[in-house]
Order: sequence, then structure tokens, then C-alpha cells
Amino acid sequence: MPGAVLEMAGVSKGFPGVRALEGVDLRLYPGEIHALMGENGAGKSTLIKVLTGVHQPDAGEVRLGGTPVSVTGPQHAQALGISTVYQEVNLCPNLTVAENVFIGREPARAGMIRWREIRRRAGELLTRLHVDVDPGALLGSCSLAVQQLVAIVRAVDVSAKVLVLDEPTSSLDRDEVEQLFAVMRRLRDDGVAVLFVSHFLDQVYDVSDRMTVLRNGRLVGEFRTAELSRADLVGHMTGRALSTLEQLHVTGESARVQAEPVLRARGVGRKGAIEPFDLEIHPGEVVGLAGLLGSGRTEAARLMFGADAPDSGTVTLSGDPVALRSPRAAIGRGVAFCPENRKSEGLVEDLTVGENIVLALQAAAGWLRPLSQSRRQELVGRYIEALRISPADPDMPARNLSGGNQQKVLLARWLITRPKLLILDEPTRGIDVGAKAEIQKLVVSLAGDGVAVLFVSAELEEVLRISHKIEVLRDRRLIAEVANTAEITPEGVLEIIANGTTS
Amino acid sequence: MTVLGTRTGVRIRRDHVAVLVTLGLLVAMFTAGSIAYPAFGSGQVVIDLFIDNGFLLVIAIGMTFVILTGGIDLSVGAVAALSAMLCAFLLERWHWPVAVVLPLVLLVGAGIGFAMGYVIHHFEIQPFIATLAGMFLARGLCFVISVNQISIKNPFFTEWAQTRIPLPGDMNLTPTVLIALAVLAAAFWTLHYTRFGRGVYAVGGNAQSALLMGLPVTRIRIGAYVVSGLCSALGGVLFAFYTISASGLHAVGTELDAIAAVVIGGTLLTGGSGYVLGTVLGVMLLGTIQTLLRFQGTLSSWWTRIAIGALLLLFIVLQRLLGSSRPGR
Amino acid sequence: MKTVTGHRLFWPAAVLVVMLLANVVVTPGFLSVQVRGGHLYGSLIDILLFGAPLILISIGMTGVIATGGIDLSVGAVVAISGALACYMISGQDDQGSVPGVLVAVGLALGLSAVLGLWNGLLVARAGIQPIIATLILMVAGRGVAQLITSGKNINVNSPPYKLIGGGYLLTVPFAVLVAAVVVALAGLAVRRTALGMLLEAIGGNAEASRLVGIRSRRLIVLAYTFCAVCAGIAGLMISSNISTADGNNAGLWMELDAILAVVIGGTALTGGRFTLAGTVLGALVIQTLSTTIYTTGVPPQTTLVFKAVVVTAVCLIQSPAFRAKVFRRRPGAPPPDPVASPGPADVEVRA
Repeated sequence: MPGAVLEMAGVSKGFPGVRALEGVDLRLYPGEIHALMGENGAGKSTLIKVLTGVHQPDAGEVRLGGTPVSVTGPQHAQALGISTVYQEVNLCPNLTVAENVFIGREPARAGMIRWREIRRRAGELLTRLHVDVDPGALLGSCSLAVQQLVAIVRAVDVSAKVLVLDEPTSSLDRDEVEQLFAVMRRLRDDGVAVLFVSHFLDQVYDVSDRMTVLRNGRLVGEFRTAELSRADLVGHMTGRALSTLEQLHVTGESARVQAEPVLRARGVGRKGAIEPFDLEIHPGEVVGLAGLLGSGRTEAARLMFGADAPDSGTVTLSGDPVALRSPRAAIGRGVAFCPENRKSEGLVEDLTVGENIVLALQAAAGWLRPLSQSRRQELVGRYIEALRISPADPDMPARNLSGGNQQKVLLARWLITRPKLLILDEPTRGIDVGAKAEIQKLVVSLAGDGVAVLFVSAELEEVLRISHKIEVLRDRRLIAEVANTAEITPEGVLEIIANGTTS
Repeated sequence: MTVLGTRTGVRIRRDHVAVLVTLGLLVAMFTAGSIAYPAFGSGQVVIDLFIDNGFLLVIAIGMTFVILTGGIDLSVGAVAALSAMLCAFLLERWHWPVAVVLPLVLLVGAGIGFAMGYVIHHFEIQPFIATLAGMFLARGLCFVISVNQISIKNPFFTEWAQTRIPLPGDMNLTPTVLIALAVLAAAFWTLHYTRFGRGVYAVGGNAQSALLMGLPVTRIRIGAYVVSGLCSALGGVLFAFYTISASGLHAVGTELDAIAAVVIGGTLLTGGSGYVLGTVLGVMLLGTIQTLLRFQGTLSSWWTRIAIGALLLLFIVLQRLLGSSRPGR
Repeated sequence: MKTVTGHRLFWPAAVLVVMLLANVVVTPGFLSVQVRGGHLYGSLIDILLFGAPLILISIGMTGVIATGGIDLSVGAVVAISGALACYMISGQDDQGSVPGVLVAVGLALGLSAVLGLWNGLLVARAGIQPIIATLILMVAGRGVAQLITSGKNINVNSPPYKLIGGGYLLTVPFAVLVAAVVVALAGLAVRRTALGMLLEAIGGNAEASRLVGIRSRRLIVLAYTFCAVCAGIAGLMISSNISTADGNNAGLWMELDAILAVVIGGTALTGGRFTLAGTVLGALVIQTLSTTIYTTGVPPQTTLVFKAVVVTAVCLIQSPAFRAKVFRRRPGAPPPDPVASPGPADVEVRA
């Protein structure tokens, strides 16, 4: 094997309160596709940011062709031959394909851009990578896949030694992923070192030659893809050894299932988000959605609330068929939803704690029927106390609360509407341990009172602790449903995720 | 071989549609005018359009740069009035030579543009508000210079105002038209054949991407406002040539006419898409409406404003429809 | 303990007080209010009287800005409303007839409401950016006003109509009373119903508002309609005060003054938290500025220079980027912002 084109050795990077990277090594050889694997928070994006010069490492060094370099920024990285293409295409949709490849470095003579030259050279580059697109077409009129390929063409033409692809396949469909892989393989054959970041296990096994696995900011190891089983990979990523192919204990439906389900979804799906799936949730039942990042957990949850409109399937709520085209339709049927992004989709930071708590109730009542002051104070006070929101000041702007308390405010907001179905998307992410336990306890007690709960979390232990039933997702598909009996372990669920065993 | 994306046989692009619609409207209006009023169809009427609207054309060209970056410039009319005022004051009261006054005035315009661009870019003030402040400032300064109208008696100006360049076929044009056309040519060249010009489009398309692709976004964004300030100042000078006077009340509402001309010319108010040639068509369309109303005689001038408003609506809705059917966004 | 300077109304109020005091220094009798011929009389009364239209429009604008929008067409609506009312009255045999004036006023306000509805639908239904959507009416509106008046100034001689902008009731200028009533009603509407909270939610976080089930579109349309009606009333006042409808100049640049008043009052242009009391103070600041300039004998047009300074200063102080660059706060310092952390009790409306 020739020498590594790029080496990162002992790289550490810390942020106030967090060690994001701790002595991580990474080697990229020319002519390979190298996957960078890890769960959320493993340090992948920090590593890429160090590589592209967005962050400076606290320790360790980056060697390019054996020579230590200090990358000062994305522009410098590009000059050194390290180009990055991100998930969201960073090109200009209003310019042509050809111009996007060359903007900022147009061939010019006496300050005058040579358009013919641009078109000719863009055409050549596109042809070389077998991307069949008219260089004169507006980028915005091309599919996302083509835009991604154009971004790659630009990156490769700017500097062709190392190409970093950060989750390039997240918004592509199967055929488009294949096109992308074809281009990646051609680049590999041309001697480019491709660093591929993806959450899709199948894709990683499909295209990569080797992989580096990170966990909690530390290097787990460097592996040849062909020599690492999926179970081992998932084990490395999550830090749990998988007992190989142990029989899963899937027991029958639990007792509470006799009642009419609160929610019954049949073949509900949305293109590019989640493939059609079936789902039933009964009163008093907690259903957990488990899966790795990008598996479609959030997407599935959002469809059940009408936050995104499904393009197929039917939903019945408490026995009545409902068209879930908007959140209002779902709210009217007693569905509540705490979104994954507290700040951008949940909280109105300008409003006070009290206002945020009554917002859903008030929205349902309409502006002309305000809650009376006394009722509002009573409700807000009761839930601030019940959920132990601190500081217990209803007039404090919601932006000043800690993450955990903000989450409790969102929970309170929906609890006062007395929902029949409560959808919680990552309710415990990024909040402290105490608040986390309180929220979990609350969910269990709500279920005890007969509320149906759909619980989405990246943490398997958490899902297992409180769910009666677990829906397992992988690569935007619901692949298994398991009852949560005593025998089910996080490892068992991971095994389903790794092997795709459908029970 | 993979087959992906768009390979269309017909090369009418969406961003051309609005320009074509404007052109069609212009031709239709002209044809209708010529049929109704024989005198309307003469070449001189076309040239008069440029003579009467030369200053607006120059200002609208500057506005095109700003709008292409996704901004807006409300100060153009006020800056134009200020430059005319400054010209008149320096020439008539202080008796400075023309060769000093004109460059100075242009410099002041560019300076105001730079200041607004700087505030907008570095302090993240909305363009609307920053240029509103610029408008207030420039308008106010006009009145600080003089509350009354100043007539310009400088021989250079008076001669310039009377100069007619004869053309074959009994037609003639003014030097103003030549300047406006020169500005147009320069703007076209800048937008389409220089890196700055392409950068203007890129910033308007996606400023974040432009930054990541290594474009000098700061320089481009501020540069657009400098161009606009410069064009406004030049427009003000042309206006002074045209009226041989200056007043703080001149060119009121010109910013609206300029914005309207740019939008009717097919430029997207959200930035990134449009052509300076479309702006020319927009200005001509506005001028043609005025000329038609003048020929018509009984319809009054306020119909111009209503017609401009209706055209604005038409083009905004058109852009909305074209924009929303764009895939991949 | 809450400091006085931390109150969000402190700065606009302070500016107003300083301006009034400056006037007292220049003109010692500035603050005196007398009763002459059964009318209150004095510079303060003038400020309120001439400021009444601006206060009204600014109140309407506050609602629109709270939703994250902007309305550029209010100046045009001022012109249209005054034009229609005067046109109707001038066509009556008896211009002094009270029912006739009421019909004219009703029609003018009805048309204003329709114009506001139009703006609101363009923004909420058609999804056009507010600046662009209201630009259409801003451009066309003055033409419509002149169309109504046939390009002339319509003079009316109608005592009942004159009352609106130039008359007195119980020694107080009627226009001031109207403005006070509208402000009070608006204050009640936003704080006694859930309207204020829901508007702030829409402007503060549109996506969260959607996910919580707020009917944003209706409320946005409502805000634009209310804003146009306020502008309509202001148009009546302005035309009534001079007994003339001037399609060309009535309400000229008023949209800019109104936006300025809202911003000075402490409502951010990005939407969300708003304060009607602050807006009233902001409008009074602007009117006091104009009045001051008149009384000091500086050419009134140069007010614009001072406005430019005020706009720039206020916007720069509100800009996080500016504060970060100029005042260089210590990294990791807690974010609480002295201007923007009021409790709801602070936001009661002062009429």
C-alpha cells in the first residue's frame, strides 16, 4: 500500500465542558473510500471540522503527504487539497451548473470571464465523472442528487487529493444514492482519498473499503470493511458487545391491548422521509421508536402529528379516520407533540414560561376566548409545581430556562390539553440527569393514567426502560416490532438494527 | 452512462420568462400606441423615452445590483436629489469648477452607499432600515444645504441641457442618453463578465454558499451598495442636467419607480436572478405608460401609478408561480 | 430588584423626557397648558393633536410587526381614506349633515379595511414577503387616491367632519380622544384576550406556532386589516384637520415614521414581543422632534437629518452584531438583555 495521503495523529479537541475529541487517529490512503462511523456525539463532525480547519486541534497533528500542516480554515484546506461536500448543498441554485463549478475561480482574460472556456471545461469534468447534465442548466432546476454531484465535481476540480463527503446521502433516494456511489468509485479509481460519513449501515458496507469508528470522542479502531461484521460495527459504535445471533424473545401482545387503539396507522409514509409503515398505539401504552440517527424515527413521529403531511396511508384516531394534513387536525383529536428541536420548533423564547405553557390550550380555544387570569394562574401554577419547573416563576422569559426546564415547559404545554396521545421526540436529549429521570417517571405515570405515548429516543436504555412495545427502524424503514419483555436488552435491539432481522 | 437531471431541448429558462413577458408587454403597448396615435410610432418617441427617463434608468441599474444581492436601497431618490443639490450649491454659491464638483458629487454618492453597505453587512441591520436612514439623511441634508430650489446657471450645465446630437431621419438625442447607455453597457459587462458581477448573483442566490465557496462576500455586498450610491449620484447629476435646477423635493418617490422598474424587468426581489437588460425594459415600460397617457390626453397621470402597481402585482405573482414550481428547492 | 433602567419603556420614555426638558430650556413656557375659548391650548396639546394620526398608524403597525411582517402601504391608505371621505362629503348637498358624514366615514374606513385585507391575504395566503406584498399598494395607492379626487385637492366645508381632526370635545382635541380610545381598545384587545400572546408567538417562532395549532393566517390577516383601519382613521384626521383631501401629500412617508415609532418604542423589527405603550412613546418622540424643530426655527425639512440619526442609533443599539463588535462583551457572559426581559405586567397599555 502506498503512503497515507493524509494522517491525523493523536488529535484532541475540547470545548468548554466537553472533550469532543481525545487522541483520535485517522489515516486516508489515495484510492480508497474510507467511512467515518459513530453515533451522535461521537466526534465525527468535530473531527471533520479539525480536518477542514474550522477548529484548531488542542493536541495532535495533521500530516499531509507526511508533512505536518496547520489548516487555518476551509479555504486553506481546499488550497491544500482537502475539499468537503456537505449534506445541504452549498452551491448557488440560481447559477448554471458550469458556473457553480467555476465561480470564484473563473478562467478570465484581462479581467473578462471566458464563458466558452467555462462551459467547455465544465462539460469535460462532468463527462469524465459520467454525470449526464447540461452544464448550461440552472442548478436549481436539477435534482438534489445532481446538485450533490456538481458540488463533488467542483470540490474535486478545486483540489483532488482528499474529498470529504459529510452525510451526502441523507436526502437522496435509492437510485440517486447509486449514482453518487458510481461517482465515488470513479474518483477512488482516479486515486482520490474519499472520506465518507453516513448513518446508513447498508451504504457504508456497499461502498467503503475501510472505516474508522469513533465513540465518545475516542478512537475505537480502524477496520477493513470486509473484515468487520455489522454486529461488531454496531457494537463498536454503541460500546456494547453483541451476543451473536441470540434468539430474540418476542412475546405476545400485552394485556392493555384489548382496548380500541388510540392511533392506528396503515401504510403511512412520506417520500424521502420514511417508507410506509403500520403502527398501533393503545391507551396507556408507551411505544418506543428505536433506531440509529437518520433511521427515520423523527420523520415517523412527525407524520403521526401532521407536522409533515404523509403522501400515503390512512390514520385512524380513536376509531375515526383522520386526514392528518396539519397539526390542527391532530390536536383536535387529542394528539400532542413535543418536537426534537426544542428551540426552533417548540419554545417561543420571547414569551414567558406561563405563556408558553398555556399556548396550545389557547391556540385551540382561539384568541377571542382567553383563559381567565385565575384559571391560567391555577393551571400554570399547578404544572410548574407538578413538573417542578425551576425557577418557578411563570413570568420569566422562557429563553432564560435551562434545557431540562424548557422541555418540562413543553410537556406542561401539552399536558394541560389532556391529550389522548402524546408524541415525544427526544424529550430527554441534552438535559441533566435529574430532569431526565423526572421526565421518564412522568411518562410512565401518564401511561398509568391511560395516556398513549409515542416515545422517540436515541438512547436505547431509555426506550427499553419505559416502553411497552418497541418499533425498530433502520434506513428510513420500520423493520421490526418487539414487545418489551424482561428478556429484551439494548444489545438485542441493536442486533435487530444491525442484521435487519424482522420478527 | 447515467441519465440524470434536466436535459431540455428548449432553452427558455425560467428567469427569462419574466423578461420575455415584459418585452411582450412593451411591444404590445407600443404597437397599440402606434395604431391609435400615428405620431407615437416614431423613432423619436423611443429616444424621448430615454431622454425623459435617462436618470431613472441609471438609478434603476444601480438598484438592480443591490436587489440582485438580495438587498434593497430606499435611499436612491434622496441621494440623487442630494447630488443635484450639492452640484447646484457648489457651482452656484461657491463657484467651484465643474471638473472638481462632478467627481466630488459622485464620490459622496459612493460614500453614502459604502456607509449603508458597511452597516448592513457588518452590523446585520436590515437593508430596508439602513437605507431608510440613508434616505432620511440624504433628504435632510438637501434641506440643510438649501430649503429652496437652486437654479443652475453654470454654462457647462446650461449648454449640456441644450445639446442635441442629431441622428439620421430627423431624430436627435441628448448626451444624457449616451451616458445612460454607457452606464448600461458598463453594468452589463460588470454583471456578466467580471468576478464581482458573478459574485453579486452568487451572494443573492445563497450568501452562505458563496462564503463557503470562497467568494469575498463582504466586498461584494458592500460593493453593490457602492454601485447603487454611485449610480444614484450620477442619476442626480443627469437629473440636474435635465432640469437645470436642484431642490430637496426633486426625485421624491424615485426609489419606488426604480424598484418597480427592476421588478417589472424580471429581477427577483429575493435576489440572485435577473438581468440589467430587463431593468431597461422595465424603465421603458414605465416610460411608455406615461407617454401613452400623455398621447391619450383624457386619462390622467395618476393612472400611471395605478398601472405600475398593477404591473408590480402581475410580476410578483408571476415570480411566485415560477418560483414555487422550481424543483429541488 | 428590578432597576429602573432595565424596564423596556425606560429608554423611549427617557428620550421623550429629555426632549421635553430641552424644549423647556429653550422655550420656558413649553409645558404650560391653558384653557382658551373652552379648548386646551399649549405645545403639549399640539404634540398630542398632531401626533394623533402617527400614534394610530404606529399602533396598527405594531401589530403587523409583531407577526414578523411590515406594512409599507399605510401612507397610501391614509391618502385613500381621506380622499374617499372628502369626495363623498363634497358631493352632498348639505355638507354639514351628520348622517352624510357618518356614511362617508364608514365608507372610507370600510375601504381601508378592504385594503388591509388585501395586504393580509397577499402575505398570509399567497405567501409573498410582507415588504414586497405591501409595496404594491404603496406604489398604486397614491394613484388610487388621486383617482378618487380626480387629481385635485378636494376642499370640504363640513363642521361635523372638521370635528374629527380639528374639533374639541370637553376641551380636549377630538383627535386625541379618538387616538386614546383606539389605543385603549387595542390594549384591551391584545392583553385582555389572547390576541397579543398569539401574535407574539407567530412573530417569535412561526414554526412552533404552527406545531402548536395557532391559526396564524387568520391572525396575520387580522393584523394587516387592523393596521389599515388605523391608517384609515388617521387619514380622516389629517384631511379633516385641513378640510382638504390631498391625494399626493397626505400621509407621505408616514409608513416610515410609523415603523420608526415602533422601533424606538422597543419592538424589534424581527417580530415577537411588542409593546403598545412603547410605540405610543415612540410616536410621541417623533412628533416632539418635529414640534421642537418648528419652535426652534430650524427649517422643518431638516427634521429628516435628526430622524436619520435616531434611526441609526436605535437600530445599532438593538443590533446584536453591533453590540458584540463595539462593546465586546466578555465571552461566556450570561445573555440576559436589559432591554428585553420584561414580565407581562410591564406591558400594560398606557392610553
